[in-house]
Amino acid sequence: MVNLIMNGLEVKAEEGWTLLETGKFYGLEIPTLCYHEGLSPYGGCRLCLVEIGEGPRAKLVSSCTYMAEEGLVVRTDTRRVIEARKMMIELMLSIAPFSKQIQDLASKFGVTQVRFPLRNEECVLCGLCVRMCAEQMDGRAIGFQNRGYKKKISTPFDIRSEVCRLCGGCMYICPACQMRCQGPQAETAVCNACLTMDPTCLDVYDELQCWMYDAGRCGTCVRETPEAKENQKKA
Amino acid sequence: MRKSKKIDSIPGLEKAIQSKISRRKAEKIPVLTVSAGTCGQARGSLKVIDSLKAAIKKENLTDKVKVRITGCHGFCEAEPNIIIYPHDIFYQKVDPKNGKDIVTQTVLGNKIIDSLLYVDPVSGEKAVQESDISFYKKQKRIVLGDNALIDPTEINDYLSIGGYSSLVKVLSNLSPEEVIAEVKQSGLRGRGGAGFPTGSKWELARKSKGDLKYIICNADEGDPGAYMDRSLLEGNPHRVLEGMLIGAYAIGAREGYVYVRDEYPLAVKHITLAIAQAKELGLLGENILGTGFDFKLHIAKGAGAFVCGEETAMIASIEGRVGEPRQRPPFPAVRGLWGKPTTINNVETWGTVPLIIDRGAEWYSQIGTDGSKGTKIFSLVGKINNTGLVEVPMGLTLREIIFDIGGGIPGGREFKAVQTGGPSGGCIPKELLDLPIDYESLTKAGSIMGSGGMIVMDEKTCMVDVAKYFLNFLRDESCGKCVSCREGTQRMWEIVKDITEGKGKPGDIQVLEEVAWACKDASLCGLGQTAANPVLSTLRYFREEYEAHIKEKRCPAGVCTELIRYSISPEKCTGCLACLKVCPQEAISGELKKVHVIDPEKCIKCGACFEACKFDAIIIE
Amino acid sequence: MEAVNTKVKSILTKHNMEKKDLIPILQDIQAECNYLPRQALQIVSKSLEIPLIDIVGVATFYRAFSLKPRGKHVVTVCLGTACHVRGGPKILDEFQRKLDLKPGETSPDGQFTLETVACLGCCAIGPVVVVDGDYHAQTTIRKAGAILKKYKKEKKNEKV
Repeated sequence: MVNLIMNGLEVKAEEGWTLLETGKFYGLEIPTLCYHEGLSPYGGCRLCLVEIGEGPRAKLVSSCTYMAEEGLVVRTDTRRVIEARKMMIELMLSIAPFSKQIQDLASKFGVTQVRFPLRNEECVLCGLCVRMCAEQMDGRAIGFQNRGYKKKISTPFDIRSEVCRLCGGCMYICPACQMRCQGPQAETAVCNACLTMDPTCLDVYDELQCWMYDAGRCGTCVRETPEAKENQKKA
Repeated sequence: MRKSKKIDSIPGLEKAIQSKISRRKAEKIPVLTVSAGTCGQARGSLKVIDSLKAAIKKENLTDKVKVRITGCHGFCEAEPNIIIYPHDIFYQKVDPKNGKDIVTQTVLGNKIIDSLLYVDPVSGEKAVQESDISFYKKQKRIVLGDNALIDPTEINDYLSIGGYSSLVKVLSNLSPEEVIAEVKQSGLRGRGGAGFPTGSKWELARKSKGDLKYIICNADEGDPGAYMDRSLLEGNPHRVLEGMLIGAYAIGAREGYVYVRDEYPLAVKHITLAIAQAKELGLLGENILGTGFDFKLHIAKGAGAFVCGEETAMIASIEGRVGEPRQRPPFPAVRGLWGKPTTINNVETWGTVPLIIDRGAEWYSQIGTDGSKGTKIFSLVGKINNTGLVEVPMGLTLREIIFDIGGGIPGGREFKAVQTGGPSGGCIPKELLDLPIDYESLTKAGSIMGSGGMIVMDEKTCMVDVAKYFLNFLRDESCGKCVSCREGTQRMWEIVKDITEGKGKPGDIQVLEEVAWACKDASLCGLGQTAANPVLSTLRYFREEYEAHIKEKRCPAGVCTELIRYSISPEKCTGCLACLKVCPQEAISGELKKVHVIDPEKCIKCGACFEACKFDAIIIE
Repeated sequence: MEAVNTKVKSILTKHNMEKKDLIPILQDIQAECNYLPRQALQIVSKSLEIPLIDIVGVATFYRAFSLKPRGKHVVTVCLGTACHVRGGPKILDEFQRKLDLKPGETSPDGQFTLETVACLGCCAIGPVVVVDGDYHAQTTIRKAGAILKKYKKEKKNEKV
């Protein structure tokens, strides 16, 4: 067992656990995007960052790849972590504003603006599809190519791959492939509608409607709130 | 090249070194030393060598006068340069046409050819000997100096200056732990940029468990503008080999790699040759000099990726994978190349080790400052008179390097900033010219020591353009794994580019700083963590320039194409038609002896007219 | 096509079919064929038992490799910091205009490829342009034309 301190709590991790696995075991909420339990960790999205160490040498590391160390001091929600996290979400939103997963992360972590020109590319290069294809499906039909701002995921030579078995695993696991609701503010960079919904559709239903791609049609989040009615009257 | 006989004992090597030293001392014939590194060759050194050899043959002096082809002497501005021994005369900017005169007048006639002497740009004085030249006066060339004495393609030349005698000392007298202690005591810090204490690095590696360990020489030198390692590898490869042999012995490594970047063909050639010659002599391979110490050295060529200068990316590259850095720990000293303990050091670091063994840690630690011992080689380039490689003791000030050694800014322009540390570093303004060069001071000023690149900038350099330049470099070189680095550098570049094109908006600097800090904090490796430094340091010292671009749509330095205008000064224009002829857009109109005019609609601001005008009549603002 | 086959097989043999030598093997193929033909990569993949996607990943990551044929003459403009400060970008613009190519592109007749490089380590003689291994020092906008003419002339001579 490895003994370390997370958010002030003395916790124990099994040998070979990452900080993310340790945190999750203890019920700490650490956001992730490119991490998946069944696949090897990649550490590219930088959402799972935690602050380790203390004083001037403290730094941010991706908890999905950092192994638990004896005596390590870990904090999951410091100012540095939160600011970095928000910027990662903002950057990813500007690439893939149509991704439900990223829009939900934006709402959850208070990202309310996107100050970069939208690219509408959908791929945030999280690499889940690559790892799915290689590790789970043993296909190795797609992979990373180029580097830097030109980096992309494709088949060799961008043509149909001989080893692709059309299993659809890549599409299944892609966070950007799951399109966001086409409800209110569907064309904007960041919607936050479910952040600002008041009352929430939980008044009417016993679960959030957005995940069923029903939002917009149920009309809850676009329903006039009592406050809005007041303001209209005043105007 | 004669085939050397293999030496199989330490006394054997000692004898060989002594005999080569004696032979050199006994050599009474004049020697013409020509610097022919990559930049020397680009300036025509090979043609100069040919003309010298032809002249020597013509005067029937073959065997009575020697031409020694060496690597870079450091004073690149003066190349091709020749040092004539024993006269100790330094000739600069030699043309093949001078070959005959040099042989007949100077070598035979003992007369100095005045026109080939170096002229000080400030005082106007001529210098005869290398030691008279202001460029060399404040330098302490303990590592690079030997470049002028040897032909790097001849192992015997290296022996003749006492080369490999540190190896003899180590193998006959010192235990690995004693070697490590000596390096630790010297205070040597990694010269690749991070400045990690070398002795401690070796100690960690020695302690790591495992019978198979590797050492690697980082000759990737990706920082644009830095070429110290190229010069050392081209000009004195055996010095680096000797350092690696000593390091391998100390750490307990049996195999090593020299990772050289693809863009240095001559360095690759010379180190390959050096390894082959060392092997032939018995200094590489199994049971070296009969001591039971094995060491095999391979060469790995880079394939054009700046990120491969990072330790874990370099290891991935040698293993045949993409150069993507990985999480540390585990550190390479514990688990590196193919999972084995690996020690990576920079060329300059390896090259300094034989000196420390030879002259002692005590001697070395007296050079430099408390925290930064020894000397450092810098490449002094850009807007500077005396371009070249300078080796100075740590602690010398920027002012001394740029003005005393560098001879100041050409064209009578004003110093504006000096960029150190490459794309991971920052710009230091004139207010800090008296900063002493050492690791800590440079970091406090918002830059880093880096590998040693020092790019001097004057009033006609736009600092926003410089930031854009580095960001463009980094967004292409980023491996692309981390969102913070890949998207961060791209978005920072977009914002700065817009600013240079007059599309900057209020609030841009705020966003730029936010992205910069996220990139710095959230990235996995050194590339991403320092990618924001050029932006942050130029914002720190030159914020007004950014604001001029944004608020006034003006580029004070006259560089950013969209914000400047080319025009011709009616007072200075002589009507010579020179600019008219070279304009690719036919945007200049005018007649002979009448003032010319540039049509701003057609002008693409290519700069051809500015180049062509001999009367300084083209105004850029 | 057969030629590529033979060349690649001999390079693989020279490297003893070592998986870890992937990058040196690709460097040899690049030097031999002036680019990395698709066919070559497929042979390497089968022979070394490395998934093709990984080989393409490596081939596209490093700048030394080109998946498209390079021109007979490669014009490389140095864009290192020192060359940049001394006007490198304007030199690049001039070559772009004269060759009608963007960096990375090859002319339709296969004669010229325009490339840029981050730094060649010859900062004293900047701005530097290298054509086919020949280093040109202190390039100016006007010299650009003269440099190209030299190589264009060679082509004319060949035709005759």
